[in-house]
Amino acid sequence: MANLSVDNKHQNYEEAIKKGGHEKYHAKNKEQGKLFVRERLELLFDEGLLVEDGAFANILAGDLPADGVVTGIGKIHGRTVCVMANDSTVKAGSWGAHTVEKIIRIQETAEKLSVPLLYLVDSAGARITDQIEMFPGRRGAGRIFYNQVRLSGRIPQICLLFGPSAAGGAYIPAFCDVVVMVEGNASMYLGSPRMAEMVIGEKVDLETMGGARMHCTVSGCGDVLAKSEEEAISYARRYISYFPANFKNKPNLETPKVPASFEKTIDEIIPKNQNAAFNMYDLIDRIIDEDSFCEVKKLFAPEIITGLARINGQSVGIIANQPRVKGGVLFHDSADKAAKFISLCDAFHIPLIFLADVPGFMIGTQVEKLGIIRHGAKMIFAMSEATVPKITVIVRKAYGAGLYAMAGPAFEPDVCIALTGAQIAVMGPEAAVNAVYANKIAEMPKDEQASFIENKRNEYREEIDIYKLASELIIDEVIEPNKLREVLEKRIEVYKSKELDSVNKKHGVRPV
Amino acid sequence: MTIVKATMAGTVWKVLVQEGEQVEAGQDVVILESMKMEIPIATEVAGTVKRIIAAEGDFINSDDDLVEIE
Repeated sequence: MANLSVDNKHQNYEEAIKKGGHEKYHAKNKEQGKLFVRERLELLFDEGLLVEDGAFANILAGDLPADGVVTGIGKIHGRTVCVMANDSTVKAGSWGAHTVEKIIRIQETAEKLSVPLLYLVDSAGARITDQIEMFPGRRGAGRIFYNQVRLSGRIPQICLLFGPSAAGGAYIPAFCDVVVMVEGNASMYLGSPRMAEMVIGEKVDLETMGGARMHCTVSGCGDVLAKSEEEAISYARRYISYFPANFKNKPNLETPKVPASFEKTIDEIIPKNQNAAFNMYDLIDRIIDEDSFCEVKKLFAPEIITGLARINGQSVGIIANQPRVKGGVLFHDSADKAAKFISLCDAFHIPLIFLADVPGFMIGTQVEKLGIIRHGAKMIFAMSEATVPKITVIVRKAYGAGLYAMAGPAFEPDVCIALTGAQIAVMGPEAAVNAVYANKIAEMPKDEQASFIENKRNEYREEIDIYKLASELIIDEVIEPNKLREVLEKRIEVYKSKELDSVNKKHGVRPV
Repeated sequence: MTIVKATMAGTVWKVLVQEGEQVEAGQDVVILESMKMEIPIATEVAGTVKRIIAAEGDFINSDDDLVEIE
């Protein structure tokens, strides 16, 4: 009967592994609107987890099935991806020695297979009782972050945050390409509110200090705020479809679609008055394949829009100023947001489309103190370094360093297109006339001022006329606004074979 | 009670609502003028305009109060 008892033992172990932690923790999960880790994986993959590694980790401990983390491989849209997923029913998803080892191993596997890696995070942090084994050593938790950095740009790394990501663990999302957070449950923080009260005397609740909404709107640590776990998972499945499996490949071509149809044409939605606001999303919708916009950091620094889309089935990254918010002016946060997005697209061969309608970078004491020049430099650095096809469209205006940051002619775009009526200048006519003639205007009789200003503004407008710039080969093409989609389709098609090597050096000194 | 705040530094160009007026979420209540651009500022909540705090022509900093909605 020995065999039977072996079978029983095996069966019991397997059941324990599949079940996860104690009933009461499953109940608590439900209460919070959380799914069990294995349910999450069912939703994430086409046909569930195909391969699981280290399922028997810490099985002899009795109460630590899989040591609180599921690692393995499955398929999304038929393509292989690796995953690590914390089990919040096992000691609140905390990390022991084997938890960490399993995470490191799945990172190594993803590197060897050259496939994307997803981190489904829901963890209270380190198990203090295991600290010597899991914290400081060569294969301690630090190794996870080291590996993430090594893998960054080699394979897509995506974080889905379903619960806490505390202390050191908070760096997993920080090193991922994109972080999706579930509102109400996800949080990121270095020290808990309890610790903050003890150590620095601050009384604060978790949501205010490190909640999903805060991170997606204020700190910028989160990229996507999801209402539910289902929504978060469905975003990840969608997001990954824009990317190749690794940096050696190009993104898959999807079935081309025409843009959604609208009553108003592009020409009709762009106000003739340079200073009036309009909604840049309306323009984006008219140039991309219908329903293909997958936005990144929608709620953070909304004066710039960054998102993945498709044009004729081809993945593209869109960086667009949003005149509807803060006039589309570039701020420290908008520059930082754009810098990371540009670097993401460039790493995985996704062509960039810059839609410029920008009055410049914000000025004033407040933003200088925030280091707007340093942050602006990040964006210009990332954009200059990018070797993917870069298509610049001057939608209405590009003034000052705004022209530079939005891949102006000096930054080696493959083409700089202007829509008819666009203006490019150091500054707009109002500011320029004031800058040059302020003293003269002040000295002249009041009744002559208005007509003088108007004359000078008109002269200035002629000086920066878009056909003059085209005539001087500063911009490469002037097009009617309604032709934009058509022109982009052709440009993206012909630039497919673009090859531009990075400059031969170890790496630049990035203005981070 | 919610205070609609300025999203950036600039001058109050137009106040689009009056005290006592009903507003919807997403409705523009003030237009700032900054960096030579018109910057519409919308209320995030629906309600009644209780108080206009900023006057046309005022210089305001980022996060300054503009309008109180109840």
